[in-house]
Amino acid sequence: MRALWIAKTGLDAQQTRMATVSNNLANVNTTGFKRGRAVFEDLVYQNVRQAGGQQSQNTEMPSGLYLGTGARVVATEKMFTQGSLVQTENAFDVAIQGRGFFQILMPDGTQSYTRDGSFQVDSIGQLVTASGYQVQPAINVPVNARSVTIGVDGTVSVQLPGQAAPVQIGILQTADFVNPGGLEPRGENLFVETGASGPALIGTPGINGLGTLVQGMVEGSNVNTVEELVNMIETQRAFELNSRSIRTSDEMLQFVTNNL
Amino acid sequence: MDRLLYVSMTGAHRVMEAQARNAQNLANVSTTAFKGALDSAAAQKIEGPGMPTRYNVETRDSRPDLSPGALQSTGRVLDVAVQGEGWLVVQDANGDDALTRRGDLQVDANGLLRTGNGNPVLGDAGPIAIPPYKELSLGADGTLSIVPLGQGPQAQAILDRILLVRPDPDTLARGTDGLFRAADGEVPPPDADVRLLTGHLEASNVNMAQSMVEMIELARQFEMQVRMQRTADENADTAAQLMRMG
Repeated sequence: MRALWIAKTGLDAQQTRMATVSNNLANVNTTGFKRGRAVFEDLVYQNVRQAGGQQSQNTEMPSGLYLGTGARVVATEKMFTQGSLVQTENAFDVAIQGRGFFQILMPDGTQSYTRDGSFQVDSIGQLVTASGYQVQPAINVPVNARSVTIGVDGTVSVQLPGQAAPVQIGILQTADFVNPGGLEPRGENLFVETGASGPALIGTPGINGLGTLVQGMVEGSNVNTVEELVNMIETQRAFELNSRSIRTSDEMLQFVTNNL
Repeated sequence: MDRLLYVSMTGAHRVMEAQARNAQNLANVSTTAFKGALDSAAAQKIEGPGMPTRYNVETRDSRPDLSPGALQSTGRVLDVAVQGEGWLVVQDANGDDALTRRGDLQVDANGLLRTGNGNPVLGDAGPIAIPPYKELSLGADGTLSIVPLGQGPQAQAILDRILLVRPDPDTLARGTDGLFRAADGEVPPPDADVRLLTGHLEASNVNMAQSMVEMIELARQFEMQVRMQRTADENADTAAQLMRMG
């Protein structure tokens, strides 16, 4: 029976949406997290009777009969809106104000991108992410540095003991994509480039549309809890409705077997 | 034997199809700018000897319900909803023009503007390509303007205008891909009065409560048809018993 399967596709789609909402809510405190949105689409229609077909020599069908086959989630799109900046006063915390991603070198030599700028320094003075992956271009902070300053354009300079002038030790370049929504989330706040995102365009923060850097702040999650809760309620009701549809179809069939 | 059995069978079959249509509406209760399908059936007279009592029922085209869905605020620049009547023009899988009201627009890797399910959106000059931008704004009449990468607000450039049309709703039919087309296949000329609302999406226009009631009603109708079949069966049974006695 058709209605059973159609309602099943509705249940599937709502369940995927619920998973997206749960993931957003679970990451409400994740630094640099970008919320996802389930994009729905109606499945193909079955052409039962062609519109405009000849009904007799002189008359034609004014309209055809198309029966739908349900719905599906076609994508879980990442929404790259700016998250709120949270002040931490930590010298190694950097937030991007505007477009762009930090470049991260993975242990296997590939590149990843992140908006999470809660960096730390490892045992050899290298700037790494909270998971320990190296930030690109590599920044080595001298052991005896008294203070570290990261400018809006990514210039990293340190104050060394006994020297009046600060010493520049590197530039934190960021990357941008034509379609950030096409990036593949990899977990650990990391994204990787895909065919849909386009190649990474690397540049200096603040130039060519790249966002500026803010030291001493991190970018919070851009999840809006109230919105997600409303989404959750809506999803739940739609789910209930579709499961009710399955039950009704089932009862109809049951009625046939019991009464004929 | 009477053909009552067959007439009520077409009735039950039609109700099943109507239930499928209703399930389709309910399944798409979260699909952006989805247009529900309306129920439609017609009686078909069966010619033959005897009294003209037999009318089979047949499901007719499920016409789309073109009423607007509720507007949901999303705050995203590239989410647009068509206010009132009006349609966006997109390219379907064959490269032909088709109409849609879904406005969850995205820019793909090549800079092409597409709807959420991947159809390129057409502007006055064909598919819209958007160069890398710093700021994008979308006017109520569909005018797309950007501030190109690396330039200040003074470099604001108008790119194109999203093609907005207003065909006669009565001529529109849904295709197998869920997009709409005019019966004559023509895309109507641009209409300057169609307005877009940015930062909003049009929700599905399926009314949950109404569909729910319809579902219950259809289920009961179905039971009634099955009941009729049962009665037809019982009638035949009684007649057979009479014959046996005689």
